[in-house]
Amino acid sequence: MIRFLANRLLGMAVVLFLVCLFTYVIFFVLSPDPAVQICGKNCTPEAIDQIRANLGLDQPFWQQFWTFLSGLFVGRTYGTGANAVECVAPCLGYSFQSSQPVTGMILQRLPVSATVAIGAAVLWLLAGVSAGLVSAVREGKFTDRFITGLTLTGMSVPNYVLALSLQFLLVVTLGWLPFPQAVPFSEDPLQWFMNFLMPWIVLSIGAAAVYTRLTRANVIETLQENYVRTARAKGLSPGLVWRRHALRPALTPIVTIFGMDFAGLLGGALITETVFGLNGVGKLAADSITKNDQPVIMGVTLLAAFLVVVGNMVVDLLYTAIDPRVRVGSAA
Amino acid sequence: MTGHPLLRVRDLTVGFTTAAGHTDVVKHLAFDLPRGGALGIVGESGSGKSMTSIAIMGLLPKGAKRTGSIELDGRELTTLREREMQAIRGDRIAMVFQDPLSSLNPYYTVGTQIAEAYRSHRTGVTRREARNVAIEAMERVHIRDAARRVDHYPHQFSGGMRQRVMIAMTLSMEPDLIIADEPTTALDVTVQAQILDLLAEIRRDTGAGLILITHDLAVVSEVADQIVVMREGDLVEQGTAERVFCDPQADYTRMLLDAVPRIDDEIGLLRTTSEEDR
Ligand SMILES: Nc1ncnc2c1ncn2[C@@H]1O[C@H](COP(=O)(O)OP(=O)(O)OP(=O)(O)O)[C@@H](O)[C@H]1O
Ligand SMILES: [Mg+2]
Repeated sequence: MIRFLANRLLGMAVVLFLVCLFTYVIFFVLSPDPAVQICGKNCTPEAIDQIRANLGLDQPFWQQFWTFLSGLFVGRTYGTGANAVECVAPCLGYSFQSSQPVTGMILQRLPVSATVAIGAAVLWLLAGVSAGLVSAVREGKFTDRFITGLTLTGMSVPNYVLALSLQFLLVVTLGWLPFPQAVPFSEDPLQWFMNFLMPWIVLSIGAAAVYTRLTRANVIETLQENYVRTARAKGLSPGLVWRRHALRPALTPIVTIFGMDFAGLLGGALITETVFGLNGVGKLAADSITKNDQPVIMGVTLLAAFLVVVGNMVVDLLYTAIDPRVRVGSAA
Repeated sequence: MTGHPLLRVRDLTVGFTTAAGHTDVVKHLAFDLPRGGALGIVGESGSGKSMTSIAIMGLLPKGAKRTGSIELDGRELTTLREREMQAIRGDRIAMVFQDPLSSLNPYYTVGTQIAEAYRSHRTGVTRREARNVAIEAMERVHIRDAARRVDHYPHQFSGGMRQRVMIAMTLSMEPDLIIADEPTTALDVTVQAQILDLLAEIRRDTGAGLILITHDLAVVSEVADQIVVMREGDLVEQGTAERVFCDPQADYTRMLLDAVPRIDDEIGLLRTTSEEDR
């Protein structure tokens, strides 16, 4: 168990290191010179040199990368003497646009993205699993085919189409919801809820469709298992056979996929946040891409990678707890 | 209810209707099993042996149609409602399946699965009591260190031990009839013999009737005193084990017998399986 954990942690560190390296290469080495960009139009060569020195861009690549990497763990100092700026760990640098620390910008927007992600996840998990169960129970019947038809639609409609049409329908045409407006929860819980309702729905529909199909397929497959037949041969009631012998094996794989999907969403929903004007990590990413604000793009990318890797790890641990075949090794 | 055989099957027919049409996979089968008797059902793959056994259990898949009569102790089973049949399954008729690994749920300890029938057929069973029932059943199938092994999962057992667990599962309710569908096919030869010995021992000790299903005449010769030979759903021959072995009437039976490699003419020594049979 300890070895398993150590192995996983080591693997995680390697993956994160590689992600850092690749993003660093892409954003700082292959991109146009950031110093020129920061310096603006009326720029002298001396000013550019000064900026390069401040950012450490005059140093060799590995040196730069090392400074960046250690900045993540222990922070780093930009410039020297009186001009020195202390960037505390985890330091992701400063925005070229606003000169704010990237870490702070992300942390400020993380709660919005988390709210979006958690709400959507709860919604799609509930809707997907229950629709999948109903579909499996009614296999081949009208209800099943109806649900399957819905999931096909749900999976094929792109997010932005859904977001825009939902907004048009609920806000403009029917007037059921006010135009989304960021309001803190403590101020007006109802307005807060209304504000998040549409993003939740938009983000959960595609995933709910996938989870419905997954649940349905898993349950139907599990019901064919020999151990389900054994359970029936023991004289267990159909309800017990279902709950104990079909549901648990059928729903376990869903835990795995859920962890990954949720972690991915936590790193920001680019399109949805932008359409609904939610000031989350996704919108930050979208904005900084249009402005070519490299440190911010890089910070958001690293965050997303970090979340996915950690999510993966959590799922693995969870799986170990759920599946005895992983938890206890087989006897020799 | 004396006078009734333990199991009386008459005119049992199982058919499937598919898009391709209707086929009967078991046709007008009839046999009796006396109380405490052992019946072997033999036949090549696809002859309808498993369908016969799950027809008796009332566990046929969707789309299968069953006609005829199945009487347990004089009580007609084919007309029972699902609830009534549930009360009989696992309590009066228990079943051992072919592949012990896939027939056990990987998510639960063997103890949980062994005690499951007991818990569902009795009311007010405590956890401790159920556990003791499981341990006792495991001891009866000679699983050593049962008090510890009861908390292990199926994947922690070897193939032969898993089949012992399956057999232990049938024992907690002391059924009148145990149906074993190819209980040794997935096991290697030495383990096969041990499992057959175990089934014979349990039958002797508990007085339960046994239906042993196999495609291997050598296996049946170990345990059964009556034999039914099936082919493509038809009963081709029926009689005492001795008679069927020494004086087979049907050509098909003779063919099955020829497939058994004879190391010795003594029936009791025939324990080897032939490769062609698999
Ligand atoms: N769901 C089903 N639909 C249609 N036909 C089926 C179905 N299940 C089984 N059959 C057919 O019923 C026949 C008898 O099958 P059965 O499983 O009883 O054979 P068996 O004698 O147990 O063979 P084996 O030794 O391979 O286990 C086979 O020809 C099989 O193709
Ligand atoms: Mg079979």
